Amino acid sequence: MTTSTVVLALAVFGASAVEMVEALTIVAAAGVTRGWRSALEGTLAAALVLGALVIAVGVPLARLVPINVLRVVIGGLLLVLGLDWLRKAVLRASGHMALHDEDAIYARTVAGLSGAPSPATGRAGAGSWRHGRRDATGFTVAFKGVFLEGMEVVLIVITLGASSGHLALAAVAAAAAAVVVCVVGYLVTRQLSEVPENSMKLAVGIMLTSFGVFWVGEGAGLHWPGSDLMILVLVGVFALTAAALSFAMRRIGPTRQTAAVHGGRSS
Amino acid sequence: MTSIVRALGAFGRFWKDFLIGEAPELFLGTLIFVGAALALHHHGYVAVVLLPLIVVAFLGGSVFRGRAKS
Repeated sequence: MTTSTVVLALAVFGASAVEMVEALTIVAAAGVTRGWRSALEGTLAAALVLGALVIAVGVPLARLVPINVLRVVIGGLLLVLGLDWLRKAVLRASGHMALHDEDAIYARTVAGLSGAPSPATGRAGAGSWRHGRRDATGFTVAFKGVFLEGMEVVLIVITLGASSGHLALAAVAAAAAAVVVCVVGYLVTRQLSEVPENSMKLAVGIMLTSFGVFWVGEGAGLHWPGSDLMILVLVGVFALTAAALSFAMRRIGPTRQTAAVHGGRSS
Repeated sequence: MTSIVRALGAFGRFWKDFLIGEAPELFLGTLIFVGAALALHHHGYVAVVLLPLIVVAFLGGSVFRGRAKS
């Protein structure tokens, strides 16, 4: 197994775990308020659609598009995504942007769903789970939550997998992350608000940015010294950059507006 | 027909949010980076040093811009 394969699997696993934590919050809210049967069916349906997307888009992409074109385009997409995650993670770590608050999202979703009438009983907030009936609202909310959060994972799986020729490995890493998050979520029976999501996002942002720079360079015809090992060098460069930027941002301190907002966390 | 237009609109919005989002400077930086990679790929170590620096510069600029906006 080469260095790039290991980093690829870690990047996909990390990115998928971050997105799945967010999806789990929505699924848990839908399950608690509208019934677990519909929430789990919505989750499964979304997972199947996402899996079909990976096969329908990823496989032809990897087979039909010339590898260098694929690497430039895909490297560019990874760079956009990785830089955006890094930017947000640095701003959040230094207190310039509110942390992603799973507790608040969970509470908001539960409050919203509790007010919606149940098709099963016609009453607002009536727990159709008690009767094991299907609930269209619970299904739709869980489906949308998993599908929307999963779309970035699909993009990462397709981009990293297709450009490196390891689409199956990328898909397995993403599925493994989803399973791990679900199991941990079930065991701790909460919406994983204690997960260090920002640190995970920072680490994955560094890896995605490094892959993006590497693949664009390879696709453009640049020969990186050390070949795949250059990915580790790039990871080091962007990790140092993120650390330096976080340090500089903390030294500068939050703006007056941010300091006022940071009495509590918001999403 | 309306549902197709709506789906296309949603598809377009997804890509706009994905590519540009809150930080259009990062999308611009990526385009400049890709252009630089295509232009410099024959220049060996100059490209190896310069390309990551372009990314570092745009990331730094975007973080400072994000602070100013916050």
